[in-house]
Amino acid sequence: MRRRSLLAAAATTTLAAGCGAPTVTTSDSLRGRITYGVWDVYQMKAMRKAAKEFERTHPGTTVDVQLTPNATYWTKLRTACSGGSAPDVFWLNGPNFGLYADAGQLLPLDTEGADAVFDPGDFPADMTKLYRWKGTQYGAPKDFDTIALWFNKELFDRAKVDYPDGSWTWQDMINNAQRLTDRKRGTYGIAAPVRSQENYYDSIAQAGGWVISKDRTKSGYADPKTMEGLKLWVDLIHRYRASPTLQQLTDTDPTQMFQAGKLAMGWEASYNAATFWADPELRAKIDVAPLPRGRHRASILHGLANVIYARTKYPALAREFVRFMSGKSASLIQAKYGTAIPARNGTQKPWTDGMPKFDLQVHLDAVDYSVPYPISTNTAAWAHKELQMLARAWSGNESLDSATRSLTKAMDKLLAQEGKARS
Amino acid sequence: MSPETETAGAKGAPPPVIPVTPVTSVTALDERQLRRRERKFHNRDKWWGYALIAPAGLGLAVFYLWPVLQTLYYSFTEWGPFGGTTWIGIENYRTLVSDPEVWQSLGNTLFYTVLVLLGIPVAMVLAVLLNLKGMRGTGFYRTLYFLPVVTMPAAVAVVWRWLYNGDIGIINEALAKIGIDGAYWVSDPSTVRFAVAAVGVWMTVGYNMILLLAGLQGIPQDYYEAASLDGAGRVRQFFSVTLPLLSPTLFFTTVLSVIQSLQVFDLIYMILGANTAVGPTNPAYSEGQTVVMLFFQKSFYDNQRAYGAAIVCVLFVLIMALTALQFRLQKRWVHYG
Repeated sequence: MRRRSLLAAAATTTLAAGCGAPTVTTSDSLRGRITYGVWDVYQMKAMRKAAKEFERTHPGTTVDVQLTPNATYWTKLRTACSGGSAPDVFWLNGPNFGLYADAGQLLPLDTEGADAVFDPGDFPADMTKLYRWKGTQYGAPKDFDTIALWFNKELFDRAKVDYPDGSWTWQDMINNAQRLTDRKRGTYGIAAPVRSQENYYDSIAQAGGWVISKDRTKSGYADPKTMEGLKLWVDLIHRYRASPTLQQLTDTDPTQMFQAGKLAMGWEASYNAATFWADPELRAKIDVAPLPRGRHRASILHGLANVIYARTKYPALAREFVRFMSGKSASLIQAKYGTAIPARNGTQKPWTDGMPKFDLQVHLDAVDYSVPYPISTNTAAWAHKELQMLARAWSGNESLDSATRSLTKAMDKLLAQEGKARS
Repeated sequence: MSPETETAGAKGAPPPVIPVTPVTSVTALDERQLRRRERKFHNRDKWWGYALIAPAGLGLAVFYLWPVLQTLYYSFTEWGPFGGTTWIGIENYRTLVSDPEVWQSLGNTLFYTVLVLLGIPVAMVLAVLLNLKGMRGTGFYRTLYFLPVVTMPAAVAVVWRWLYNGDIGIINEALAKIGIDGAYWVSDPSTVRFAVAAVGVWMTVGYNMILLLAGLQGIPQDYYEAASLDGAGRVRQFFSVTLPLLSPTLFFTTVLSVIQSLQVFDLIYMILGANTAVGPTNPAYSEGQTVVMLFFQKSFYDNQRAYGAAIVCVLFVLIMALTALQFRLQKRWVHYG
């Protein structure tokens, strides 16, 4: 075993040497075929187009865009990484980043000097920070999404309620959600699903609470302010009766309910805008406003990054590709296709222009008051517990107090395990 | 045998038996030779046999046996998300015993198994009905009942998730017609286990029915004739002739149903919506989660693969024990005519 790994190490060194690491910019090292792993079928067109553009401007290269559906992407990627056969460049998201960065599966990216893959000044600071692990940058921000309040104008008109705007507070949202609820018709003011990124992470930040401590060792679910952010949703279902129950939301997805005109309002992520736009009937009926204000104004910022597999055979070419994908032309291609907002500053205009009836500037402005998505090394483990345990409070099977108490305990235990695994 | 015959021949006065002695001795010789030859032949046969099953056997060893042994090994380790294992003894099993989720999912799985077993009498009734002489359209009904068996569980789950939808599902619409306010079947903790088991029964009833039908048709008609001559009515015939003679088939279907139900995964996983963004927020998730679902969650989402391995090892032992128990108990009720 040891012998074999020594051999492997020797092989990689020669390979790296053969690739000519010091002369990154010579055309010799920039030939070859790399694979690019992605999971979103809706972004395939944009990704293929960008890859084509790269091939055109870099003769002698081929970029093979490989789509793996989200459901199997992570299982497959993890297996491929252990086996040494992962794509040279691939997408990563916040909840999974820690795992790969911590295990040394990613190639560090330079952000200054001649070899810089991208300049952090060109991207929202929180996005760059999301893909930095222990002081080293591993991911180049590809896109971002923010959360905003989407609403159905038709239902607002029928209930004679003014459309939401930036001045709304939680209380405004609650009052109007009640007025907009019409149980006879089966329409509700708002949906209160157990969704982290779109719902309770935002409200927790608005209430001044926190999900995970800065050093990623403690759960924030025992903090009364965090609980306030959760209580908003539980109350919208049980106290104000302005949202469908969790059972209803389990049987029918809230975004689908909104699309079907059964919800007057919904907290939705920017990546749904293109789907809403694609339906001409829906397009005419809906619009978007900033999230209401709690104690603070806040919206969760999350986005994907392009990363390079540590054991790629073409590190120089992979770097060049990531550099290209972070650049202006690839960002504009992304923006044009509309599914994701390109992360690069100043390239988002085609995204908003593509859907002129929606006030999409709201989603872009949200970056100014955004809060980063909470992660740790093994985010998936506690995020799953979080959903499961909070669902018990949302459904009314358990009090919010007792649900958050057991969640804090379970999350702290998992975070302690992470710490142990690291040392 | 031959010495006795010889003495008998010597004792008996008239000698019509004379040719017997040499004949027997010849046969004895032949038999010995034959047996040797046979053994030789048998050995050669055996090797042929092994050679012929080798492709299947090898596949089984490489793709089943070896992974099973590996899984057993990994269940005693801590396994990093990208490989790298450390031996930690029975630590995973110790965690498992005090993990309420494991117990809950074990309970759910056993509950499901019991309910699916109740489908066997249903299959039996259907098989008897379809075996009646003079029944019209049996071919049609057989196909109808067998259809769910040949349908992908994932497709079945998607369809049933719609049927069970609390607001727009067809089941509740039908119930509303007769004035019943239906539940949110698969997101209500109190109904979810029955709802998924109903689909489980629906999916397996056709398979069991076909097996039992074959068993029924294997019962010779003579027994029924004899029974009716003795004055046994239809009901008596069923309990005294059909049931005992069908018991080997019943035993077979029971053993298979138990094994399959304990391993149930995709059907329930998808009916609960665990494959969607809703995922674990289904309020009935813990009441519906099966052992294999828990294994899947731990291994492939929570990155605790060694712990997942321990969970399936427990399931493996449980299945083995329950099957052994059934083989034990069969002596009491299975009748090999």
